[in-house]
Amino acid sequence: MFEYLELSELRNLLDTKQISSVELTKYFLHRIKSLDEKYNSFVTVTEDVALAQAAQADEFLASPGENPALCGIPYAAKDLFCTKGVRTTASSKILDNYVPPYDATVITKLKEQKSVLLGKTNLDQFAHGSSTETSAYGPSKNPWDTSRIPGGSSGGSTAALAAGLCPWALATETGGSIRLPASLCGVSGWKPTYGRVSRYGCIAMASSLDSMGAVAYSVKDLIILANVLSGQDPKDSTTGHKTANFTVNSDIKGLRIGIPREYFIEGMEAGVKAKIEEAIKEMEKLGAVIKEVSVPHTRYGSLVYAIVCPAEIASNLSRYDGIRYGLSSKEAKSLYEVYAKTRDAGFGDEAKRRILTGTYVLSAGYYDAYYKRAQKIRRLLVNEFEEVFKEVDVLAAPSSPNVAVAIGEAASNPLFGYIADQLNIPSSLAGLPAVSVPCGFAAPSDGGSTHMPVGLQFMGPQWGEQAVFNAGLAYQSVTDWHKQRPKA
Amino acid sequence: MLTLDEVKKLGSLARIELSSEELEQMQKDLSAILDYVEELKSVDVSGLEVLSQVTGLVNVQRQDEPKLCDFRDDIFANAPEMKDGYYKVKAIL
Repeated sequence: MFEYLELSELRNLLDTKQISSVELTKYFLHRIKSLDEKYNSFVTVTEDVALAQAAQADEFLASPGENPALCGIPYAAKDLFCTKGVRTTASSKILDNYVPPYDATVITKLKEQKSVLLGKTNLDQFAHGSSTETSAYGPSKNPWDTSRIPGGSSGGSTAALAAGLCPWALATETGGSIRLPASLCGVSGWKPTYGRVSRYGCIAMASSLDSMGAVAYSVKDLIILANVLSGQDPKDSTTGHKTANFTVNSDIKGLRIGIPREYFIEGMEAGVKAKIEEAIKEMEKLGAVIKEVSVPHTRYGSLVYAIVCPAEIASNLSRYDGIRYGLSSKEAKSLYEVYAKTRDAGFGDEAKRRILTGTYVLSAGYYDAYYKRAQKIRRLLVNEFEEVFKEVDVLAAPSSPNVAVAIGEAASNPLFGYIADQLNIPSSLAGLPAVSVPCGFAAPSDGGSTHMPVGLQFMGPQWGEQAVFNAGLAYQSVTDWHKQRPKA
Repeated sequence: MLTLDEVKKLGSLARIELSSEELEQMQKDLSAILDYVEELKSVDVSGLEVLSQVTGLVNVQRQDEPKLCDFRDDIFANAPEMKDGYYKVKAIL
C-alpha cells in the first residue's frame, strides 16, 4: 500500500493526516521483517529508534506550521554512516560490536528534518566492492532475480529500495558504488560532486573520492534529498561553499548531451547498448542536442583507481588497531600481535587485498612509479573532462556495460570491481556529479531467463548537478522504467 | 610476480598477520593487480602536476577554541579494555 510511493506522495499523506508517521513506520518495519530474509538488505533494523523518531515526528506534524520535506518519512542508511547509539559495522567483523558515540552530519541533518531511521543497510565490507558480496554478513540479493547480485557497494540500499522496504536510502560512491547498484536494481541514484555533501561521520574508504549520496524511486525525489543533504560543513574541510538550491526543471530544449564513444566498450551486452540508444533517442525527441564526443583517456580510469584507491584505503584502515574500539584479538601476546591478529581476524579478503596493494604502491622505491604517476594521470582525466564540458552540458552513457551477474561470479576475480565500475570510475576520480536512472531491461549474457534492469547515467561538470537533474527528470517525464517493480 | 617474501613484508608493514594460504593467494592477486596497471607506465606524464584532490581548496583554518566534549562515556564504552580511565594496551617497551 505505501511501498514504492514517492516522497511527495508520502508528504501529502502525512500532511493531510491520512496516515501518521508511526503507522507508516510500522508498515515498513513489518515489510522488512516479512520480506528481507529473501534479500538480506539490512544489517541492523532499528525498530525502537524508528518508532521513537516516528512518535516525535507525529508530535511535530500535529503542531502548526510548515513541515520539513522529509518530516515523518522513513529511510534506511547504508551501514557506513555513523549513527549515535546505533550499531554501525561497515559490514565488517572488525566493527561488529561498534556503537558510534556520534552522528554523521547527514544523519544530524535528517534528524533535524524529523526523518525516521528504519535501519542500516548491507554493503561490501568497508565499501570495497561492486557486488555487496564482500560483506561479513552475507551478500544482498537482487530483488529482480535473487540468484544475482544487486551490485555494490551500496547493494543493500538499492535492494531494499527495489523490494519496497523503504522510501529512500542513503548510499555512498567512491568508484561507482551508487550508480552501479542503482543501475542493476532498477532504481534512481545520485552521486554528488565531491565536496557537495559532508563526509563527517561516514566511515572513510578513499578520502579524495568518497561521495555521500542517495537512492530513491525518481530524480524528483533525488532533488528533494540533494537539497536536504548538501551543504558546507565545518567538520569536513573538503566541503565546498556552494549552496544547494536545486529546482525541478524538465525542460531540456537545447541541452547539449555528449555521448562519449569510449563508454561503449567492446564486450558491452547487446541488450544494454540497445536500451541506451533508445534512451538517447528519447532525449533527442525532447529537444536535446546530441553530440558524439571523445574522452580518450577513459580506459586509464580504472587503472589509476586500482592504485590510488587502495593507497588511500591502506591509510584510512590503519586506524583499526584493536586499541580504542572494535574487535581486539584475545590471542595477542604482544602489541604487534594485537594489531596483526586483530586485523587478520577482522578484515575480509578484499579489505586485506586492498590494504596490501595500497601499502605496496606507497612504499619506498615504488611510490614514484605507481602512486605519484597515477595521480598525474588522474590530472589528465580531470583536464579531459574539463575540455569536453566546454562542448557539451552533460554526458550520457550506460551506468554499467552489463546487467547483474550471478552471485559468486566476482569471487575468483580480484579485478572484478575495477572492470564492473569502469564507466563510473573516471568521473569519480574527477569528483563530478552524476545521476543513474532506469532505462529498460535486457537479457543477461549468461543465458538467464529473467530480463534485468539497465541503467543510464548523466554526468555533469564539477558542481553541475542541476543540469544532470534536468536531464534525468526530463527522461523520467516521458518514460516509466523507473516505475517498474519486481514481482513480489 | 611478487615473491612470497615481498608479500610477507607488506603484511608486516600493514600489521596484518597472514596465514601461508593467504600469503600464496595474496601473491597471485597482487601480481594480477600489478599486471593490470602495468599499462600506465607507457602514458606520457611529462609536464603534469600530481592531483591529490579535486576541490582546489587549500588548508582550511579555524580558531583553536576548546569545546566541551560531552560524550566521553560513549567513546569509552567501545574500548576493548580500560583501567582507571586509561586504554589498557600491551607493553610497548
